[in-house]
Amino acid sequence: MKGWMGKVRALFWLSILSIVLSGCGKENLSAFLPKGYGAQVSLDIIFISLAVMVFVFIVVMIIYTFVLVKFRQKKGQEDFVPKQTEGNKALEVVWTVIPILLLIIIAVPTIAATYDLADESDKADSLNISVTGNQYWWHFNYGEEEIQTSQDMYIPVGEKVYLNMMSSDVLHSFWVPSISGKMDTNPENENTMYIEALEEGVYWGKCAELCGPSHSLMDFKIVAVSPEEYQQWVEDMQNVDLEATPETASAQEGQAIFENSCLGCHAIGSSPTAVGPNLTNFGDRTKLAGVEDLTHENVVNWILNPEKMKPGNKMTGNYTVPSEEEAEKIADYLLQLKPSDVTPETASSNN
Amino acid sequence: MSTTIAQNKGFGATLWDYLTTVDHKKIAILYLIGGGFFFLLGGLEAMAIRIQLIKPENDFVSAGFYNELLTMHGTTMIFLAAMPLIFALLNAVVPLQIGARDVAFPFLNSLGFWLFLFGGILLNCSWFLGGAPDAGWTAYAPLSTTQPGHGVDFYVLGLQISGAGTLMGGINFLVTIVNMRAPGMTYMRMPLFTWTAFVTSALILFAFPALTVGLFLMMFDRLFGSGFFDANMGGNSVIWEHLFWIFGHPEVYILILPAFGVFSDVFSTFSKKRLFGYTAMVFATVLIGFLGFMVWAHHMFTVGLGPAANSIFAVATMAIAVPTGIKIFNWLFTLWGGNIKINSAMLWSLAFIPSFTIGGMTGVMLAAAAADYQFHDTYFVVAHFHYVIVGGVVFGIFAGLHYWWPKMFGKILDETLGKITFWTFFIGFHLTFFIQHFLGLMGMPRRYWVYLTDQGLNTGNLISTIGAFFMAIGAIVFLYNVIITSIKGEKVGGDPWDGRTLEWSIPSPPPHYNFKQLPLVRGLDPLWIEKTEGRKGMTPAEPVGDIHMPNPTILPFVMSFGLFIAGFGFIYQVDDASWLSAVFIGMGICLGAMFVRSVKDDHGHHIHKEDLDKGDGL
Ligand code: HEC
Ligand SMILES: [Cu+2]
Repeated sequence: MKGWMGKVRALFWLSILSIVLSGCGKENLSAFLPKGYGAQVSLDIIFISLAVMVFVFIVVMIIYTFVLVKFRQKKGQEDFVPKQTEGNKALEVVWTVIPILLLIIIAVPTIAATYDLADESDKADSLNISVTGNQYWWHFNYGEEEIQTSQDMYIPVGEKVYLNMMSSDVLHSFWVPSISGKMDTNPENENTMYIEALEEGVYWGKCAELCGPSHSLMDFKIVAVSPEEYQQWVEDMQNVDLEATPETASAQEGQAIFENSCLGCHAIGSSPTAVGPNLTNFGDRTKLAGVEDLTHENVVNWILNPEKMKPGNKMTGNYTVPSEEEAEKIADYLLQLKPSDVTPETASSNN
Repeated sequence: MSTTIAQNKGFGATLWDYLTTVDHKKIAILYLIGGGFFFLLGGLEAMAIRIQLIKPENDFVSAGFYNELLTMHGTTMIFLAAMPLIFALLNAVVPLQIGARDVAFPFLNSLGFWLFLFGGILLNCSWFLGGAPDAGWTAYAPLSTTQPGHGVDFYVLGLQISGAGTLMGGINFLVTIVNMRAPGMTYMRMPLFTWTAFVTSALILFAFPALTVGLFLMMFDRLFGSGFFDANMGGNSVIWEHLFWIFGHPEVYILILPAFGVFSDVFSTFSKKRLFGYTAMVFATVLIGFLGFMVWAHHMFTVGLGPAANSIFAVATMAIAVPTGIKIFNWLFTLWGGNIKINSAMLWSLAFIPSFTIGGMTGVMLAAAAADYQFHDTYFVVAHFHYVIVGGVVFGIFAGLHYWWPKMFGKILDETLGKITFWTFFIGFHLTFFIQHFLGLMGMPRRYWVYLTDQGLNTGNLISTIGAFFMAIGAIVFLYNVIITSIKGEKVGGDPWDGRTLEWSIPSPPPHYNFKQLPLVRGLDPLWIEKTEGRKGMTPAEPVGDIHMPNPTILPFVMSFGLFIAGFGFIYQVDDASWLSAVFIGMGICLGAMFVRSVKDDHGHHIHKEDLDKGDGL
């Protein structure tokens, strides 16, 4: 008996230790540290259900431990034949009715929250963004504002933002754990979900539906800034000067090459082209292609061999690979595309 | 008996014996070997997955190969390991528990096994023929319908063939239990394992056709250019999700109910008590089976079905917790006041209670739709279903194997090795999966080839991988146990556990015809009743007479082999029309065998009563 209990106890402490070690996860990523309305509501339901369930678990474990300690076969009693009880009506009613009551405690707030999170009553008066999931990147179309952008979604903090989501290819799922639960993007119908960031910041988003080899590299961000900054960003994006020539000679040459061989898939400005990510504010991106650090070297490597960074991506094999020298120039050009002073840094530093 | 005879017969004869057998006890052994093999294969795939995730941004396997691994791990474990291992137990035990000499459709039973095996082999051939399926075991369209290569085609054809086998197995057991019960064995006297086998078979009957239909539609989309799931052609990909889960949710009950049955029998035997609340247990089983069909959309809360559908399915799902809770408490009160003997079979059963309760708890949490928006498709779900499927089904299979091994093979599995297996596996299991609940909420979606360095997921994943190695060690020790027991293990009598049900009233392993005379059943736990009244065995319900048994036949093997060939034909005719010849040849073999079966009279054979006393008869 000793040894048996000892092992269980060791196991218990080991799991406790492991939880403490890993904490609640990374800020602005973990669902345990909600920074958005949806995430808050979901976490509340998680805790309500967890509390009820832990209660049930404790009851089960108390009976279980008692039974094992008390009724385990004792030496010399191998042949003892216990009373053959058939059952007990009263007890059986108790453990049917009490669980039903407990479930009602969970079900009522669950239904309320489910309807709350699906509320679309103020959709017309709110900011609407069309979200498109693509293998393996995200596109955001601000219809009314006539802004197209990819990978980083800018939103005003403290306001409801409606996301109208679809997929251009296979299923994806839009998930920003610290802001809100997830919603799938389907190819045949538009799903709507609203999000509301409660604090300024840059939040990690992930694709949560298997979509191919680079499924785990389909990250994106929500950049929540103050409403004023958001207005500023909108204006800056609307007023991008497409004719502007870059400052350095290298970037100018880069622009020429880019316009020749890349513009078919990548738009700059509000053109609806979206075979590949819109690169209007590429210089301000949090990450390259969602996951890599946005450095000159990485951009060059991407242009030369995107397959290495994201296996199975839809750029590989579908463009004329420039020489290394040309790639350097394109990178120079792309990295100086910074139309707005409102950047992910603004969002993080205001905090 | 069968094994000893086999040893005297030489390898070729034994092989032929097993290829042609229609004896449910030998088919059980075939299922055990087949399912065990695929269990090891799926385990190997799991280890590769966990090694890839041992550290952030690892490159142990490539992204594409990782998706093949995760798809094949899931598909193999569910369809090719858990299902057949459950069928091994069903075949080994159910006819004995109801006092039958065989199953209702011995031919169909054998056909079911060979279809499963050839389907599984077909599916796994993909590894060597350009890559395994890589769209997840759920194969969601349009990813599955648009994946290049033949991987997903192998998934579709392989599962179609093995699924047909499962359906046949289900029908067979349904009819067996309805028609073949011994005199006096009323429904409410059936052991709980038989009851769960009955309900599971009914679930198979209703659930598998949904999969069959879904797979046919997918086959047409992939191989013949239809567009059932293609939005561009007016199709709808969400329909696949519905079809898959209308099958897929009952499937988890198909797997878990027989495990519940095992635990019920084991608890009652080793606490020397009648099952507490038998009637409630039966009704809870039926209710779980029934509700199991009403809840499939809880796998689809984030698909965008709307708050009304989500709420209804949330509440329906929570409702399942009630009958499940009833079962847990009835088990606890079966133990209560008992004379509890803890051996390997009992260890697995006792470990099941806390493990499965955790799985059930997270199940209720997942059912809360608004919370599921966070849980869905993350490691939380991975943790949940492994708690249910490993902590429930796999523990149940281990318990069942330890419990019925002496009945199947006449030897008890080594207890010390059994305990080593149990502890390493049990500790490894919790180490692997408990932490994954947290990983999920910390932002790790499932089916991720890599996680990034700076996201706080490193420690958790490392712990999880360490746990997986413990589980692997446990599984290897079990395998060793099986080998060592079959070489060295001591023979035991027909009733080593002081059993309560009919299977313990006959020799171990049972003779070909199971019961020399059909027993007269006088209540629940019939053997126990006889024992308490001072008798050694069952009272016979008939005089000794000639016994009619079915003949062995190679036809089920041939039919399945034909479909196997045709499967390749269907897959490769897209590349080259000459492969259609394989379709015709394969279907020809299959239909030819069916024709032979239809026109050739096979009346079986009789074992004469004079021969019965000599021991075996065949
Ligand atoms: C066939 C269409 C196509 C062409 C042509 C193409 N790309 Fe891409 N590009 C893509 C796609 C698709 C992605 C998104 C890849 C992913 O993340 O999965 C992408 C991503 C990128 C990114 C990362 C964007 C981000 O938001 O982080 C850069 C930079 C890029 N491409 C540069 C180029 C350059 C430079 C060229 C011309 C030499 C080019 N692309 C040509 C399709 C294309
Ligand atoms: Cu995706």
